[in-house]
Amino acid sequence: MSELPLWEIFIRGQHGLNHRHVGSLHAADAEQAILNARDVYTRRNEGVSIWVVPSSAITASSPSEKGPLFDPAEDKVYRHPTFFEIPDEVGPL
Amino acid sequence: MYAQMVKSTGSSVKTREEMSPEEARFQARVDAGEKIEPKDWMPEGYRKNLIRQIGQHAHSEIVGQLPEGNWITRAPTLSRKAILLAKVQDEAGHGLYLYCAAETLGVTRDELFDALHEGRMKYSSIFNYPTLTWADIGAVGWLVDGAAIMNQVPLQRCSYGPYSRAMIRICKEESFHQRQGFDIMMKMASGTEAQRAMAQDALNRFWYPSLMMFGPSDANSVHSAQSMAWKIKMNSNDELRQKFVDLTVPQAEYLELTVPDENLSWNEEKGGYDFSEPDWDEFFEVLRGNGPCNKERLGARVKAWEDGAWVREGLVANAQKKQRMAAE
Repeated sequence: MSELPLWEIFIRGQHGLNHRHVGSLHAADAEQAILNARDVYTRRNEGVSIWVVPSSAITASSPSEKGPLFDPAEDKVYRHPTFFEIPDEVGPL
Repeated sequence: MYAQMVKSTGSSVKTREEMSPEEARFQARVDAGEKIEPKDWMPEGYRKNLIRQIGQHAHSEIVGQLPEGNWITRAPTLSRKAILLAKVQDEAGHGLYLYCAAETLGVTRDELFDALHEGRMKYSSIFNYPTLTWADIGAVGWLVDGAAIMNQVPLQRCSYGPYSRAMIRICKEESFHQRQGFDIMMKMASGTEAQRAMAQDALNRFWYPSLMMFGPSDANSVHSAQSMAWKIKMNSNDELRQKFVDLTVPQAEYLELTVPDENLSWNEEKGGYDFSEPDWDEFFEVLRGNGPCNKERLGARVKAWEDGAWVREGLVANAQKKQRMAAE
């Protein structure tokens, strides 16, 4: 028999927070994946909501292209507020 | 430990000059404390070694359920039964976290199961010892989980991201295991004469097998040197064993139980206990499959897998049917 499909599990830890990736597990379908995720990843009340996504549906960026992919942000320090020097007498800004 | 005697593939640790540019870059990242992630380039030896180590660790969690599962139906109170059930369920969870970590290295869980069931992969020697009395469940939590924690805490800092994250989750839950074990020991040790005797007997039988969990001295092992260079092994076996003894002996004293070692004595100079080595011939016999429960454990594991086949098949058939119906 072929192996049960792999699912990636995302859990919202508390109301108001994002779902976060916590790991993966095997299940025949989405419904079972949610039940398994409850047993595997929330035995101690770690979540208020679960998302399950087939692992095969995830496209990941390639580590070897990390440089070209992210370097557009590297030379734009002016995107950070600390780039601008504002005199103290201006007060909070 | 939970992963004992993991053989690495390399013959010795390469010097920087002997490394290819890719290997040198990889080693530099490991040395700098960066985490290696699944899609990153890694030496083939690192990948293979990790699959063996994480796989063996996962198998130990799963097989480790059996000696304790033995007592779920016989726990002395409903509360103890519920606690033990939760503990054994955690072990299943720990196995699953670890199989997932191994799967990120390009092996499937079913391949790992096959390797376990066919005897090509091992699990920790400790689970081949029987749990004869309720006090054994206390000793397993206190000593076996205690020894496991000793090894797993440093592994939270290991170089492979998915393994490190699985270890972090596991360590969070492991302390419950050790404390519930010590709680059982406290109860037994302060009970009737017969209960005290049971507690002492459990300590007598589990002490040396627990020391064996760390594996034989690896001071001169090239396998260990390579694993340490790759940061998938963080401490030597002797170092961890010493730490375990130093921490555990005062706990035994608290219980007013006697550690079964005539040579046990405090060594002021080294700031630790001197103690007797376990019987390493026994250890190798257990690894070879000749421990008291090897056949029973693997047999139970294989039977559970085979008996569960119809459930897995049913789940897949049901999922396919629902998909077909949704399409129509």
